Amino acid sequence: MTVAALHEYLEQSARRYPQRCAAVEASSGRQITYGELDALSDQVRDHLRRIGVRPADRVGICLPKSIASLAVLFGILKVGAAYVPVDSLAPPARNAFIFNDCGVRAIFVEASRAETLRCELARLAAEPCLLPLDWSDGPSPLATYLARVEADGLAVDESARPGPDNLAYVLYTSGSTGQPKGVMLTHRNGSSYVDWCSDILAPDENDRFSSHAPFHFDLSILDIFVPLKHGATVFLIGEELGKNPTRMASVIAERRLTVWYSTPSVLTLLVEHGRLDARDDHALRFILFAGEVFPVKHLRRLKAVVPRARYLNLYGPTETNVCTYYEIPQTIAEDRSAPFPIGRACSHVKARVIDANGRDVPRGQEGELAISGAPVMLGYWNMPERTSAAFHVDSSGRWYRTGDVVIEGDGGVYTFRGRRDRMVKRRGYRIELGEIETALYRHPAISEVAAIARSEESGVSIKVFYASRDGHALSLIELKRFCAHNLPAYMAPDWFSHQQLLPKTSTDKIDYQHLMRME
Amino acid sequence: MNAIQIRTMAKDFILKEFLPGERPENLTDSTELITDGILDSLATLKLVAYLEKSCGIEIAPDELVPENLNSITQIANFVQSKQAST
Repeated sequence: MTVAALHEYLEQSARRYPQRCAAVEASSGRQITYGELDALSDQVRDHLRRIGVRPADRVGICLPKSIASLAVLFGILKVGAAYVPVDSLAPPARNAFIFNDCGVRAIFVEASRAETLRCELARLAAEPCLLPLDWSDGPSPLATYLARVEADGLAVDESARPGPDNLAYVLYTSGSTGQPKGVMLTHRNGSSYVDWCSDILAPDENDRFSSHAPFHFDLSILDIFVPLKHGATVFLIGEELGKNPTRMASVIAERRLTVWYSTPSVLTLLVEHGRLDARDDHALRFILFAGEVFPVKHLRRLKAVVPRARYLNLYGPTETNVCTYYEIPQTIAEDRSAPFPIGRACSHVKARVIDANGRDVPRGQEGELAISGAPVMLGYWNMPERTSAAFHVDSSGRWYRTGDVVIEGDGGVYTFRGRRDRMVKRRGYRIELGEIETALYRHPAISEVAAIARSEESGVSIKVFYASRDGHALSLIELKRFCAHNLPAYMAPDWFSHQQLLPKTSTDKIDYQHLMRME
Repeated sequence: MNAIQIRTMAKDFILKEFLPGERPENLTDSTELITDGILDSLATLKLVAYLEKSCGIEIAPDELVPENLNSITQIANFVQSKQAST
């Protein structure tokens, strides 16, 4: 079953299973049926239309993960617009940059954050319509909001029918120049991936999916659309619960989740701190992970605790979403310490390994992984040059250059070797080290800064070297505080090291090779 | 354990584990630990495990919220209320 527009998954399931539970807020236990979610998102659609949102517009989402934010997301799609989700806890200036960059017409925002966001937008001379949802009004802030702004709550209109190549969502990722960049994804980009997931997971209406990743993270595409396509139930795990391994382990067991999808870091947290091993009442069929390398030590422990599930390593940048996958074998050899491969190309993409000039690299040699096919993004929002630099075009098609260096082995199985540039992945988030440096250069006392990443057994850690104007080390508390207010939490460096001056190369650039060797 | 002892203990632990090299006087009783990025989620779990062990209390998953742990003062109040209830 394929659809032209992503919201049709919800509409079709709502006709088929109006009374089944579509979504549950895992911390509060609040739930909503397919019929109710469809109707609520219809009201969002009609309200957006009334305030002037038109097909092909963009609408921002700055909300905690909730039934409300899920209904908002579908309402935006139903009006024919694209949703632009941000981390509601990220620095307001960064969120304002994103919303302004993307030219959103309206923003759904948590009421307590609306005023700060309005001020930050005003500094950029942006005045989108802010639609505040107030959780202090009760557990259904969206219904309360709609009741307040609407004369009657009856949905009368039809949903827009955007074409498969219309924009559906824009996901902002870390940008090397210091500002995030918007990855433009269409309905077809999303649905080709969702349909591939259906083939692999064979879900049905009795499945219960986790939704751990925030909506601004591309893992959420599977979490949202795959369960709703099949009449299954999605358990929304918000920010606070998502950091609490013991409570997450209870949700997995007590709610009988059947499909779990998160970064390896979260799974490691569950095994190490969640007392997952104390429970043997799991219903998990699949454990999916993506976003970073899973250290084999932790994967082995997880498999021992939940032996019956199938384990899939999913790989892909936001620009393509998942494009290769690898099923972890039933038993992991005792002496294995090398991470597992990223696997074979998914059936909805084509993959090849190329060199800097776009020529194919012989099997067994390192090269850059390039991807073409239905899930590949349109491009970066408002960045035509960055977009064309990201693609290699030849007679065989338009290939997205992932920047990931891989080796192709037997049977078309790819193994990840490293990056071509200064992007790193930590806890599943991609981070441009340049964005951390740009933020720290804004600190008045800092004169020079360089960020490097190190791979350790426990994962990737980020170390910042800096020099100060007066030659004295800054307080570590002050540095951490500055980062907390100027960078999203996931970008915060792990270590800071004060230097009188940073080492330079003969061409007077910061010598990163030297820094990598320093302890 | 009185409030001063708990504060000293929590402060020493945070300085040693998460703020190596920091001057102790920079970490005050009201420094915002979570909202100012001094404790990330993993660090918070480590702190909680330490408090449970050294203060003889058990902290429920639902109590792992910033309101209980965002400053040395809040930590001391929280630990004392836990001790009083056991």
